[in-house]
Parts: sequence; C-alpha cells; structure tokens
Amino acid sequence: MKFLRFIAGCFRIITKGGRVYYSCLFFLFVLILWGAFGYYGQLDEGLIKTNMRDSVSWGFYIGNFTFLVGVAAAAVMLVIPAYIYNWGPIKEIVIFGEILAICAVIMCIAFIIVDIGQPLRFWHMLPIVGTMNFPYSILSWDFFVLFFYFLINIIVVTHLLYKLFYKKEYNKSIILPMVMISIPAAIAIHTVTAFLFNALPARPYWNSALLAPRFLTTAFCSGPAILILVFQVLRKTTKFEIKDEAIFTIAELMVYAMFIYLFFTIAEFFKEFYSNTEHIVYWKYLLMGVEQNREISFYSWASIVMGVTAFLLFLIPKTRKNLFTLNIGAVLIYFSVYLEKGISLIIPGFSPDVLGQYYFYVPSDTEIRTAVMIFSAGALLFTFISKIAIAILFEGFSIDSLEKKVPVKS
Amino acid sequence: MQKKENNSSRRDFLKKLPVLAAGATALAGCSSQEVEEFFQRNFKTLTKEEKDKIVKNLEKKYTEKYGKKFTVSDKPATDGILFGYALDLSRCIGCRRCVYACVKENNQSRDPQIHWIQVLQMEKIKGIDLAHANVHYNPEKVPEEGHFYMPVQCQQCTNPPCTKVCPTKATYKDEDGIVVVDYNWCIGCRYCMAACPYGARHFNWGEPHIPDEEINPDTHYLGNRPRTKGVVEKCTFCIQRVRKGRYPACVEICPTGSRKFGNLLDPNSEIRYILENKRVLIFKEELNTQPKFFYFFGV
Repeated sequence: MKFLRFIAGCFRIITKGGRVYYSCLFFLFVLILWGAFGYYGQLDEGLIKTNMRDSVSWGFYIGNFTFLVGVAAAAVMLVIPAYIYNWGPIKEIVIFGEILAICAVIMCIAFIIVDIGQPLRFWHMLPIVGTMNFPYSILSWDFFVLFFYFLINIIVVTHLLYKLFYKKEYNKSIILPMVMISIPAAIAIHTVTAFLFNALPARPYWNSALLAPRFLTTAFCSGPAILILVFQVLRKTTKFEIKDEAIFTIAELMVYAMFIYLFFTIAEFFKEFYSNTEHIVYWKYLLMGVEQNREISFYSWASIVMGVTAFLLFLIPKTRKNLFTLNIGAVLIYFSVYLEKGISLIIPGFSPDVLGQYYFYVPSDTEIRTAVMIFSAGALLFTFISKIAIAILFEGFSIDSLEKKVPVKS
Repeated sequence: MQKKENNSSRRDFLKKLPVLAAGATALAGCSSQEVEEFFQRNFKTLTKEEKDKIVKNLEKKYTEKYGKKFTVSDKPATDGILFGYALDLSRCIGCRRCVYACVKENNQSRDPQIHWIQVLQMEKIKGIDLAHANVHYNPEKVPEEGHFYMPVQCQQCTNPPCTKVCPTKATYKDEDGIVVVDYNWCIGCRYCMAACPYGARHFNWGEPHIPDEEINPDTHYLGNRPRTKGVVEKCTFCIQRVRKGRYPACVEICPTGSRKFGNLLDPNSEIRYILENKRVLIFKEELNTQPKFFYFFGV
C-alpha cells in the first residue's frame, strides 16, 4: 500500500510540469510516433524492410545496442572516482548515473527485440521456460549480466527515492554493497558484449583480444560525456550542487580513457597494416571503401576527426577548464563513439562476407526510424525518472506534499 | 474471518483480471493451432509421441494451405551412420544445376531468393583465394577459360560454431552429424550467421514465396518443410531423403559426377575410398570446425 502511494506520488510528479516540460514531452511523442510507423512496416513485412541481407546480417540495430551497453556501463563506473575524489553530492551522482544506466539497458533490450526475426519467441532463450544455451552461447551470458545489472540499478534507485519520499534513512547495509557490486557488473556487461563479437573466428575483423579493452575505453568516453552535460543542466535548473572541479576531474579521467583508446586503435592499425595479410580487406573497406562505395569510410573518418578534436580539447588544460569548449568536446566525443560503435564496428566485420563477397550496406529508412523511436522513448523515460528524482531530491517532494496537496514546483 | 477470505479472493481475481484481459486480446486474433504452436517446446526435448502429434498437425495444415497431400517426417538418425560429403573440384564446371535442384527440393523461397548452395568462380592463376572469387558470374557458357569453380554449402562441421552460439539451442547437431534448425524454436537473432565461416546460413528476411505448383510436399520437420519469415535455414544434406536411404538432390543432379555422398562409418563406402586415396582439401581448416564436407581433386 505504501509503495502504491509512492507510485501515485511519482505519477503526480511526471504529469505536472511547466511549458518547457510539456513541449519537450510533445516533441518526444511526435518522434516516437514517427518512428513507430516506420517500425510497423518492419513488423508487418519482416526485416526485409531493413537493408540487412545474408552477407551483412547484423547492422545498425546491433551497433546501437553495443553503443548503449557502453553508455549503461560507464554511467555507473563514474561512482568510483566520485567516491575516491569525494565530489560531494555522491548520492545524487549515483542516482543520476544509475537512472541513465536503467534507461540505456532498456534501450539495449529494445534494440535486440527489433533486431530479431521472431520477437514473440524471446522467451525461448530464458532458463526454465525456454532452453537457454548456457554457458556456451555468449548471448545468454549477455542477457544474464544485463538483466542482473538492470535489477541492481532499479532496486538502488527505487529504494533511495522511496525512502526519501517517506523521509526515512535508506538502508545502508543493503544499498552500499549493491552500489559496490554494480561497478564490476558495469565492467562485466561491456566485456561480455565485446566477447559476443570477439570469439567468432569466422570474422577476423573482430577477432582481436583488444576488442574488450577498446570497448571499455570508449564507454568511459561516451557515458561521462552525457553526464557532464546532464550535471550542468541540473546545476542550472535545480538545487543540485556540483563543483566545477568535479566536472573538470571527470574530463581529466576522460582524457586518460581517450588516450588509451587512441593507443589501442593505433596498436590495432599497426598490427593490421604492417602485417598486411588478407585480413586487411576489412580495414581497407572501413577507411577507404571499395571502388565507388565509400559511405562507410565517410562515417569512420567523421568519427576519427571528431574523436581526435575532442581529445585535443580535453587534453589542453585551457580548453578543458573552459565549460564552453569542454561541452563542445563532450558532444564531439559522444558522436565519435556513436559512429564508431554504430557503424564502424559492425559493418566492416561483414564486408566482405565469409566468402569474400561485398554487399554494400547502409541503414534503411525503416532502420533509422526504428532507432529514432527507441532513442526518443529512452529519452522520454530518462526525462520521467529524472523529473521524479529531481522533485524528491531537490524540491522536497514527499509523502506530505501528496497528502496536503501542495502543488509541485516546476 | 469469512468476510476477509472473500475479500482476498476477490482481490486475487481482480489482480488476475488484467492478465486475463491481455491474454484474451492476444489470443482473439489467433486460431487454436497458432496458440498451440506458440507454446510448442524445443523439438529436441520432446517425446516421440509429442513429435508425432506435431508432425500430424503440420501435415494437415500444409495440405490445406498448398492443396497438395503433404508428408512431414520426424524420422530420427539411424545408429551407425555418420554422413559425409565430397566434392571434386577438378570436375565441377560451375553450371549451378545443384543450386536450382536444391532450391526445388528444399522449398527455398523464390522471392526473396534464397540459395543454400553458393558457387564461387575462381581464377586458376590465383588458386583458392576468396578475395578474387565471384558468386555472380554469368557467362553464356561454363566453364570459362582460366577459371575453376568451388560450390560452398553447409560443411556439417563436427565442431560447429553456429550451434555453439545459438542462445536457444534451436540449432543442433543430430546423431548422424547433420546440423539442423527447429524453425519453430529459432528466434531469428542471426548470431549463427555471424559465427558461420562458410556463409551457409540464410535468413528469411521477408515472407517466403514459392509458387504452389512448385512446392515439394515430401518433407522433414528439420529439413525442407515450408518456413516462415524471421527464421534461419540451411543445407541439411537433404535430411528428408538421406534418412530414407536416398542421395541428396545436388548429388543426383550433378552432370559431371563431382558430388559424392555416403556413410563415413562404413569402411567400404565411396566416400571412405575418396578420403583414403585422393588429395583432400578442407575449407578453412585453420578454424578447427572439422567439416564432414570435403573437397578433393579426382583427376
């Protein structure tokens, strides 16, 4: 009963808001609807509405999935430095990191659901009701760790907000260990996702031991980039207090991550180009294209240029400690990693295919619209949960405001 | 006390209501057969009786749908048989008769087009080099000067990467060595397609279309029965034929006799003779997939 009232309280928070809030919701609804109509075509006619075919059997959906696993992982890994460097509002940082993680995991699952040919049969891969291929299939491992990670995050966030709502102390002996476990779990989800591609000897492009470490470093770039921006917005609009130094420290940590990422990439390039075996074809397709087909190389160079620019902006102390250039850098690195995971990672793995044949893949309209639907739905969810968290954390919304019918500040 | 009980049972009922409602709406548009199919378990885990019942239902369904008497077999593997295949690279002329015989025998979709066999045209001067191989060759006459041909289909690996990665065990290696797919259990994640080094797995990207008069009504549950969109399919050595002692369709049609098939466990079989006496090549041997499909040079 108490929990139902908490839910009712949350519901009140998300239905009440200012003009900006409503127009934001409206905008996201329109995007979701536009995307959903595209996705409906795929549900009706099958994955033939995408541009994937037997040669390139995974594409944009799996790329987005991989990217979002990184976002989900990195959001929580930020807890370690927040704790070590004593940034102050550790509880708030944990909560917003975990909210981002929850939304990202839900989007991950959504990208898997839209990618599979028979989404209604999803239960076949569960234990007991289905026949899970555990421990052999890395996909069942991935499902396990993602689900476990989701569960930890949702319990921690709900518990903290619930207790605050009732103005009680949260249960430290449960929450603290869970936050601690969520950190290795974050590393696990991204490592297992890398292993998904890594151990397929049929695809030499992915068959590199550096794949998992590279995944972790890119995650440490993209996840904190979003949080840097979110924290600044929160600082402007709510009572959330995070010092400039804390933001600059996040940026400093990102520079390390970017540097290691750059180093790993150069190591990979060197190995491939200097040894110049037949496996070089994938890298040539990625960077130069084949004959007239240069679509993918355009994206990969865009990713490289944005990444290097962001690295320089973050590296030079003057631009790192200037919020304006820092934010440009954050946006650049976010999109750089997005293109790297969304396009550059998956597609060259299949081009050429295992029999040496090229099929030139770029996402179809349906794929882009479906992705827009999922990203907008994720953003909507993030807006809702953040609004609840903001109201409870900073605006004193509690059980009293529900009973006294005190209007919510917006 | 009694009142309290009443209350709780009513509450229980109310709790169940949305579930029932959701279930009812979901089922409203489906026939009882579709519902039964939805809850059908992994074929491999079923008893003989359950399999027979499913197969009977499918025969009825397909007979109605295609207006032809259908048979759907669930014949299991026979003890003492391990199927093996050998293809003579020095004789193959690249005519693709095997490709189309396979399409017809195994009810592959004509639109969108699915081919379980891919024939690679290669340059003699380059040897077996995938970077210079072409599946889309289209001359007036084959074989073309300076070229040789290498048909590729499922290699029926002893150590198959595809079954290892399948998250649902919908694809597995049967006792006679054939790697099969339960089309009713496959979720269409295509992980097996990413894992297969031979491009042997094909996905139904759209609803498969086959003209009614061209459909082959002699089928096996794990082989050539009609598929739906959103599932993966592959060569099964014509499981519907070989488990009844016949040759695969591609072996029968080959005009040059390049294709050989038999029981690897029978020391007097032709396939054993080839393995013991000819120069044999294993495609992508370094991947340790241990195919039961061998290439050899007969002349």
